[in-house]
Amino acid sequence: MNAVTRLLRLSAAPALALAFSMAVTAVVLAVSGHPPLGTLRSMVEYAGRRNTQVLIVNSAMSYYIAAVAVAVCFRMRLLNIGIDGQYRLGALAAATVGGYLALPAPIHLVLIVGAAMLAGAAWALIAAVLKVRRGVSEIISTIMLNYIATGIVAYLLQPGRLAEVVPGSNNIGTPEIPPSVRIPGISIPGATQPILGLGVIAIVVGVAYWYVVNRTTYGFDLRATGSSRDAALASGVNVRRMIITTMLVSGATAGLIGLPLLLGRTYTYSLDFPAGVAFTGIAIALLGRNHPIGIAAAALLFGFLDNANQILALNGIPKEIINITQGTIVISVVVSYEFVRRRATRAEQRMVGRSAPALAASVS
Amino acid sequence: MTHIDVSQANPPSLKRFVPNRTWQLAAVGIVLVSLVRWVSGVDSLTSSGSFAAAIGSAVPIMMAGLGALVSERAGVINISLEGSMILGTFGAGWIGWQHGPWLGLLAAVLFGTIGAIVHATATVTFGVDQIISGVAVNILALGLSQYLATAMFQGTPGGGRTQSPPIPPIGRVSLPGADWMLGALEDTHIVVVSDVAAALRAALVDVPIVTVIAFALVVATSVVLWRTAFGLRHRMCGEDPFAADTLGVNVVRHKYAAVVASGAFAGLGGGYLAIVAANIYREGQTAGRGFIGLGTVVFGNWMPSGMAGGAALFGYIDSQQLRSEAGAHAMLLLLAAFVAAVTLYLAWKRDWKRSTRLGLIAGATALWYAATDVLPPQAAFIAPYVATLVVLAAAGKGFRPPKMTGVPFRKGEQS
Repeated sequence: MNAVTRLLRLSAAPALALAFSMAVTAVVLAVSGHPPLGTLRSMVEYAGRRNTQVLIVNSAMSYYIAAVAVAVCFRMRLLNIGIDGQYRLGALAAATVGGYLALPAPIHLVLIVGAAMLAGAAWALIAAVLKVRRGVSEIISTIMLNYIATGIVAYLLQPGRLAEVVPGSNNIGTPEIPPSVRIPGISIPGATQPILGLGVIAIVVGVAYWYVVNRTTYGFDLRATGSSRDAALASGVNVRRMIITTMLVSGATAGLIGLPLLLGRTYTYSLDFPAGVAFTGIAIALLGRNHPIGIAAAALLFGFLDNANQILALNGIPKEIINITQGTIVISVVVSYEFVRRRATRAEQRMVGRSAPALAASVS
Repeated sequence: MTHIDVSQANPPSLKRFVPNRTWQLAAVGIVLVSLVRWVSGVDSLTSSGSFAAAIGSAVPIMMAGLGALVSERAGVINISLEGSMILGTFGAGWIGWQHGPWLGLLAAVLFGTIGAIVHATATVTFGVDQIISGVAVNILALGLSQYLATAMFQGTPGGGRTQSPPIPPIGRVSLPGADWMLGALEDTHIVVVSDVAAALRAALVDVPIVTVIAFALVVATSVVLWRTAFGLRHRMCGEDPFAADTLGVNVVRHKYAAVVASGAFAGLGGGYLAIVAANIYREGQTAGRGFIGLGTVVFGNWMPSGMAGGAALFGYIDSQQLRSEAGAHAMLLLLAAFVAAVTLYLAWKRDWKRSTRLGLIAGATALWYAATDVLPPQAAFIAPYVATLVVLAAAGKGFRPPKMTGVPFRKGEQS
């Protein structure tokens, strides 16, 4: 099988899914009395603007980190729905360390990143321990932990605890991070906002993910456990330890999601810090097939959908139409992967079936 | 590979049906609660109003739990129930405010099945991983209801992008005479007696008809699943679909029926939230109750009575946080009392290690209660979610889920 057919086979399923979800979206739009093609055209036009493009890249970088955090777990058939809570606790921890401490910049920066990763990992550890020690499904436990994280963040983010009233507003947030550790953005000619400088983290995370999964013993064990837990166990992989390590890695990665925004624009964790990346991260990891480059493409697509929809409200179309598109993409992409996989298996079986009699004849 | 549990397939008596342990636990529970009420002086812990609120909180969770149970008994894990529930709240709001609560309820059920049909198609027909399909359907359901809410409620009287106009109230029923008799008993404030009277009063007086329907559905489902040939085949699909297939059971059809029914139940739960609990559709109304419902199934060891017990427990915790500050604070004492009871039980069983550990927890909780006057509102908010985690963790591995739930079934392809 040469490279071209491989690439075709790999992209067949996502392409099929995309086409299908576009069709579904078009039908929904048409039924509610909006022109589907005109809508798409206005979104694409809007995405052609420099400002929109910067916004797309900025959201795509958080989505990318979120999706990698999910993908690590997916590789061994764990589902970490808790990245939402891990991300918010990580961002709050980073904002606290950043806002309350005054240290030389390099040490301070290391502490901020460390706090984010530590908080995320610690939160994920709860689910991992519950799974390994008590057999609690990580799916239910991480969902519950997301709600619990919401409560904890709300408790801590109050004047007198970690937060103070933001001057000139009734928003409350952690104290501003000093200028020494703020990360400057990359200005783009023609755009009012810069690209967040810490987007570099996304690239580092992506490369590290590729390297760890494909080039280390841990990565091999990870994939082995994902393919067959029993086979991995038989070949000496400590599955319980793998679960703990992988959840820790995933949680630490999830802790990083908020950093580009925190150190690049808001400088404080306040009530209006964006929430709800869990399901987006899962969707992107699925669409990108847990592959570092596939995830990047999917993250950009979701960034496009989430930002280009701003134009829709101006045309009187509910911008939530995008949520339908995203949901349909996810459901159709998993169905089409399964469909394509089955077709491939059947083709293989037919090939074997055809060559088997000849083989038998040559043996006897 | 034959593992059809004959004892469960063929219950000899009603005792099997509602395990004795459920009654014992319920009795211990109500005695504990009434003692705590008596000690703390917080009458709202066991007032009939409080129990009514607990039932109100329990019903949506119980419906999601019933859906999960029906689906998992046929071998399909359905975490898209949260999505079905969300769709149910929207359906109830959309039809309910225009055509009355009953049609709204019907719409909730129908909308709940939409998500389930997608899930069934993906998992049963295409054999997609059930968890992943469930996640995807949840995303889709949330998006769909948000889009439709914006499209349908913007510019309506009292409605907007995230909420519907008010839905007219749905009927309530009472057992004649119960209010008068039980009310008198409740007002005596005698330990246990008045508390039991309050609980009965909440269950018999001024009950929303939907609540009655919900309980009837739980009973009907357990009768169908454990007393009919259909139910036996249904549960076989969850235990060993390949064996069921060789015996001529149409596994695919059973699985479809199970998933669609589960969506309908969860949709009904969503309809309850919108019509009875809030008389309005509001975005984010479900707040993860579909997921908590999944937890109650584990809690109840995949049996309807246990599941309903779990829903009642979560409902009670959920309702106390909303009722009053004193009530939420008294929950600490209740928790301490409960843990202390388990400690004593373990000590009686001579399990010293665990009983010491739990004793310390009980003491710390009692100290927390004594040292403070109010519980932070966030602590009350997270209580149901923490309870779900703790209960699942404490129950540990002593469960017996349907053997092949979560495994995709392909005719003639036993893996």
